[in-house]
Amino acid sequence: MADLIVTGKRVIDTFNDYEGPGTIYMTGDRIEKFEKEYKPDTNGARVIDAGNKIISPGLVDMHVHLREPGREDEETIVTGADAAAAGGFTAVCCMPNTTPVIDTQEVVRFILSRAKEAAVRVFVIGAVTRGQEGKRLSEIGDMWDAGIVAISEDGKSVMNAEMMRNGMEYARMFHIPVISHCEDANLANGGKVNEGYNSTVLGMKGIPSIAEDVIVARDIFISRFTHSPLHIAHISTEASIKLVKEAKEEGLDVTAEATPHHFSLTDDLLKTFDTNLIVNPPIRTTADVEAVKRGLKDGTIDCIVSDHAPHSPEEKDVEFNAAPFGMIGLETTVGLTFTNLVHGNILSEAEVLRKMTVNPSRILNLPYNGFAGDGLADVTIINPDLEWTVEKKKFRSKSKNSPFIGYKLKGKAVCTICKGEVVYEEDI
Amino acid sequence: MAIGRGHLLDLESLSAEEITTILDTTRTFREVIDRDIKKVPTLRGITVVNLFFEPSTRTRISFELAEKRLSADTVNFSKATSSVQKGESLKDTIQNIEAMRTDMVVIRHSSPGAAHYLTQCCNSAVINAGDGSHAHPTQALLDIFTIREKYKRIKDLRVLIVGDIKHSRVARSNIWGLKKLGAQVAICGPSTLLPYEVEKMGVEVFTDIDEALEGVDIVNILRIQLERQDAGFFPTLREYTELYGINMERLKKLNAGFTILHPGPMNRGVEISDEVAEHSDAVILEQVTNGVAVRMSVLYLLMHKEPVSVSEGVEV
Repeated sequence: MADLIVTGKRVIDTFNDYEGPGTIYMTGDRIEKFEKEYKPDTNGARVIDAGNKIISPGLVDMHVHLREPGREDEETIVTGADAAAAGGFTAVCCMPNTTPVIDTQEVVRFILSRAKEAAVRVFVIGAVTRGQEGKRLSEIGDMWDAGIVAISEDGKSVMNAEMMRNGMEYARMFHIPVISHCEDANLANGGKVNEGYNSTVLGMKGIPSIAEDVIVARDIFISRFTHSPLHIAHISTEASIKLVKEAKEEGLDVTAEATPHHFSLTDDLLKTFDTNLIVNPPIRTTADVEAVKRGLKDGTIDCIVSDHAPHSPEEKDVEFNAAPFGMIGLETTVGLTFTNLVHGNILSEAEVLRKMTVNPSRILNLPYNGFAGDGLADVTIINPDLEWTVEKKKFRSKSKNSPFIGYKLKGKAVCTICKGEVVYEEDI
Repeated sequence: MAIGRGHLLDLESLSAEEITTILDTTRTFREVIDRDIKKVPTLRGITVVNLFFEPSTRTRISFELAEKRLSADTVNFSKATSSVQKGESLKDTIQNIEAMRTDMVVIRHSSPGAAHYLTQCCNSAVINAGDGSHAHPTQALLDIFTIREKYKRIKDLRVLIVGDIKHSRVARSNIWGLKKLGAQVAICGPSTLLPYEVEKMGVEVFTDIDEALEGVDIVNILRIQLERQDAGFFPTLREYTELYGINMERLKKLNAGFTILHPGPMNRGVEISDEVAEHSDAVILEQVTNGVAVRMSVLYLLMHKEPVSVSEGVEV
């Protein structure tokens, strides 16, 4: 007897390339059985009838900042997981730029112990170097033993190319990728926004697109030389996307992700001086936004991630130059993706779901395999046509720093099930 | 007619009519400051706060004199002696000052958008006295006023701005203001100090100063800062002076009846030779005098919101 049953006419299981009616029977935290039929009249356990809404294996956001340990005033593992659940994600991967940095097994274990109380699964990404200082490698093997799924210096690049080479070569032994935040610190040189016509007019210090491009190129070269897996974080420029495309055509083990803000916003918005627009990499030009969409369409960009980066009001309610980089995104990612990519006729529903399910799972070797067989009981139900407005007061995240407040979106996760438990639901 | 929706933040968002209103009103106040008794009671009872987060001599004194000559009460704030040193935010700083019932704020700050941000934190009328590299509207207005006084027009004049355009709020505000009034604007400087896609602002762009000076009526020479050399934008000040310094020889390229402007402070012998600074067609001190009148005009218009004629306004 199943504990929880989800049934509907539109299952999209990207792991098994199945689209059609289906019923998922869950017992405990596992999927017991999947039937390719819509069975709203099933009796016994709790039955969720999704009707015409999309039923997908639980979504994964492989790039978030949960701020714990260190900035629990901005987010905790528990509140970040609540935001993830409300956004339709059943798993998040947290970046290591906390205080202390996630660079030892102890910090990994601390996060995993906190994650036991969290609504969704939390996978941990360790730092490439100790303290993210770029000087000595972290104890990557020890962290891997505790369960990290990747290493990353996110927030910046490992600027010493030899150190990056060592990190990638070393991580290869554990079959985990290096996730590279690509930004040449010298070229970026304290910039706050994309260097372009808008930064010129507004007198804002620019980060040139080449700051990203040169490190993407460098890291692809290192990946080729060392035969190590490389994942490019939040790719944002036309030239970088071209580099990744060429690397893939060559058959290198290179993957990439993009954020909703990089396919939804341009630097034309900067004239509002809204500090919530300050993000790294910066929101760029229309040509870059179009390139991100093309990269998502042609498969150059494998994943969609939020780069959820909570900041307190006192950090963001300041003059422009004083505000830190980052915007929250867990609760707007599905909405922006469906609005701009699916309803924008760039990608199909199945194509966008691949970028939040099977693709991140394969890149990070997460234990998901969709609805076939004995899988994890993680399910997301999405109403692709639900029209809603992003409201500050409805965010479950502890922080509210979103430039999308007031945006009207179409498409929303309406029910999130993690480990066989309903962790988020609205009227469906 | 109100100008700038109750604030003066930049010239980009002003119409040609609004700029012309400010310039016309400036004429009135220029006459006031040339009198023996340089004071009118226009802003009696109004309190103005001068919030200067960056060092300034000219602009701060100019605003303060403009306020005093309009009979406003003035308070000066400087970062070095304030609670900002104790970590107080800009928002808390202005809200605390405003709680003492002030009416207008003049702000100089290193962050672009700082004046814009203040309009969201307080109810006072805000005047931007320079926000990072973004805008310095009163400087551009005084430059334009000075040009207009001499030529009686702005339209079709050829104006060249020389120097560090990339980091210059003066250049940006001049470009917007001059173009709105119909001038032809060109800029010239080392390519490292020309901001990305600046030509889209509708200016002609030169890196060769001798080419750029050909047929120009007005040259506005920007101060070059030593820090730019250290940051690698050009090799040495010596080479900068060789390539871009305005000297007597270079003045020969200009149209007859030319004018030399410099917003100050000058580095004599660097971007401008001593002889050029002292040239009879250099109006650098005239700019400073006009600066007070322009600021009186802006303060007046923001508080009264109506343009004045010579006869009324000043007698009020």
